[in-house]
Amino acid sequence: MVQSLETLMETPSQTAGPYVHIGCIPTFAGLGGIYPEDLGLSPISDGAKGEIVTITGSVFDGTGWAMRDALLESWQADAAGKFAGQDGADPNVSGFCRFAADKDTGEFTLRTVKPGPVPGRGGAVQAPHISLWIVARGINIGLNTRVYFEDEDNSADPLLARIEQRPRVETLIAKRTGDGQYRFDIRLQGEGETVFLDI
Amino acid sequence: MTDQGPLIPRNREIHPNPYDWHYKTSVSRSPSLPLLSMESTPSEETGPRFGHSTLGALDNNLILNWTKGEASAVGERILMHGRVMDENGRPVPHTLVEIWQANAGGRYRHIKDTYFAPLDPNFGGCGRTITDENGNYEFLTIRPGAYPWPNRGNDWRPMHIHISVFGHSFGQRLITQMYFEGDPLIARCPIANTIKDRGQLDRLVAPLDMAKARPMDFLAYKFDIVLRGRRQTMFENKIEGM
Repeated sequence: MVQSLETLMETPSQTAGPYVHIGCIPTFAGLGGIYPEDLGLSPISDGAKGEIVTITGSVFDGTGWAMRDALLESWQADAAGKFAGQDGADPNVSGFCRFAADKDTGEFTLRTVKPGPVPGRGGAVQAPHISLWIVARGINIGLNTRVYFEDEDNSADPLLARIEQRPRVETLIAKRTGDGQYRFDIRLQGEGETVFLDI
Repeated sequence: MTDQGPLIPRNREIHPNPYDWHYKTSVSRSPSLPLLSMESTPSEETGPRFGHSTLGALDNNLILNWTKGEASAVGERILMHGRVMDENGRPVPHTLVEIWQANAGGRYRHIKDTYFAPLDPNFGGCGRTITDENGNYEFLTIRPGAYPWPNRGNDWRPMHIHISVFGHSFGQRLITQMYFEGDPLIARCPIANTIKDRGQLDRLVAPLDMAKARPMDFLAYKFDIVLRGRRQTMFENKIEGM
């Protein structure tokens, strides 16, 4: 026998299921009026500093089908690389957004401010990125990934540097499609599978 | 901001298998390549905070919140309560907890739910609250019904309530489901059984808690939740700029 540990174990995950919208964005799900508005409608408010960007994409399953029921959450720093709650953070950047794939097209849109570089571990600097968390029916534990930007210097980013198969780095980089417009598709499985994170 | 260590790496052995043949939808919705494992950074260690101003007075009362207190939902009245802690055993105060569930007949208020159990005009099916300074939360609701779902030939979901918890770090984000003590459908459910360790699945089963049940009013079930903690040693690197 050995001494016992006092640490607890994390509660196991379960799928968010097909009705996650009822709990997380009830107005979107048709339960309008139960709350004044859905949580996390926008990560920014008027007056947010920096470049406003719109990221559009879809979450594809292993058959190439754009999922109509995916729910996403994003978390990011402001244009100066500060997270909400940190000293000097932009008061108009909450940094958090909750958004869903369109029921008919499977496309999602995130309108936000482009984040600045943020500190990493051991003095490293991370290239500008937005953290994503994806849940849906059939996803048994939420999937973490990141959105980087094609027109930023990603060469010294510690996370991207850890990806051994270099072509896979591209799965984390949003492609610029116009002024302030980016495309970021997420592939859960198969060809072009997005790099998901255990972080 | 005090310098805290990184998030304790997730122990994926306690979690469900992402790919599980018996839960058919997971087959095409699970990554086939390994996850990229890395120590957390400020991007995962920070996270959104939500204040009490977000909440309405009836938000944690699913019996009344759909009708704004006009009429009660049908079903067995229950108190769902518990504590949110981290892996270090510390309470997680002031964090948002959201729940959603079927009505007493096993029907969700959702366009995609076509089960012929009727909708309850007095029941919406979602609620939310913020934990107190000790990490405690409470919901008043009705016990959801079991229901059939299209998977294998005759699969039924056990009675369950979905729960979403934030914690204080985006890397702590968790959605899970609470089951009810004594439900024989748990052992037969392909979703519950995506968790391969039966002892871990038992941690999602809430016991009847008569100490919190209110005579002639409601029964109570206790459901504690543990989120990831942060490594706390005297040898953590200081994070630049934190």
